Amino acid sequence: MAYQVRSEGNTTIVALSGDVDLDNSPQVRNVLLESVGGKRGVLVEMSDVSYIDSSGIASLVEAYQSARSGSTLFALVAVSESAMRVLELARLDQVFSIHASVSDALADGS
Amino acid sequence: MSHNTEKTDSDDVNEAHSMPPHQDDYGFPGEPVAYLRIASRPDCLRLIRALVKEAGEGNSCGDECITQMVMAVDEACQNIIRHAYQGDPDGEIVVDIRRQGEMMAIYLLDFAAPVDVSTIKPRRLDEVKPGGLGTHFIQECMDESGFLTPPKGAGNCLRLVKKMT
Repeated sequence: MAYQVRSEGNTTIVALSGDVDLDNSPQVRNVLLESVGGKRGVLVEMSDVSYIDSSGIASLVEAYQSARSGSTLFALVAVSESAMRVLELARLDQVFSIHASVSDALADGS
Repeated sequence: MSHNTEKTDSDDVNEAHSMPPHQDDYGFPGEPVAYLRIASRPDCLRLIRALVKEAGEGNSCGDECITQMVMAVDEACQNIIRHAYQGDPDGEIVVDIRRQGEMMAIYLLDFAAPVDVSTIKPRRLDEVKPGGLGTHFIQECMDESGFLTPPKGAGNCLRLVKKMT
């Protein structure tokens, strides 16, 4: 797993790649919560996520809840097919705001 | 589809089979496909996933079938690491994959204290909260899952079964 953090305007974009599993989900959790704690909107780019397990999903849910309590933007963008399958299995595709691209998410602002 | 968390005698792992025993042969029924004895560490999960993927590909399983078996085994091994061993990296996990006709049976053994299987339940999906999804994923991905009476010396034995498609 690898991640990159960048900014676009008032939004932090966290790009995840590789396998997100129990071995590295604590790291993912930390970077997401830190980003959400910055009181800026956060987009999680997931086009290069090859695998995500329940611990990775839990990190996303925790960050989502933290953002929600602070009324800040939190959305997933360009979710890979394999990650989307897992989100659907958990029925979280109906919970997260999911966009095709960063520009779509920024335009939507949700 | 059948999922239970009860220990059953009907699937007794000591059932006789025709394969000659080897050092770590626990007598699981079926044709041996792959075997791994590995540390109970999160960084070992990648290797376990690779083993299951290879086993599926080697037995002409389709992509969806392989993806589901990989996820179920990964989640079950996570449970062993987190709950059975409670994060102790010095434990061991045995992954024993067997072909039983059209079915793939995956036996996961640990050597931790026996878990109370009555406490292992999937959580409601309408509750949006971190955690608790692993058991749901296992049940969704496999045709059968259930704990067996563990072989002598083992703490817990989970059997996952999927029809190869």
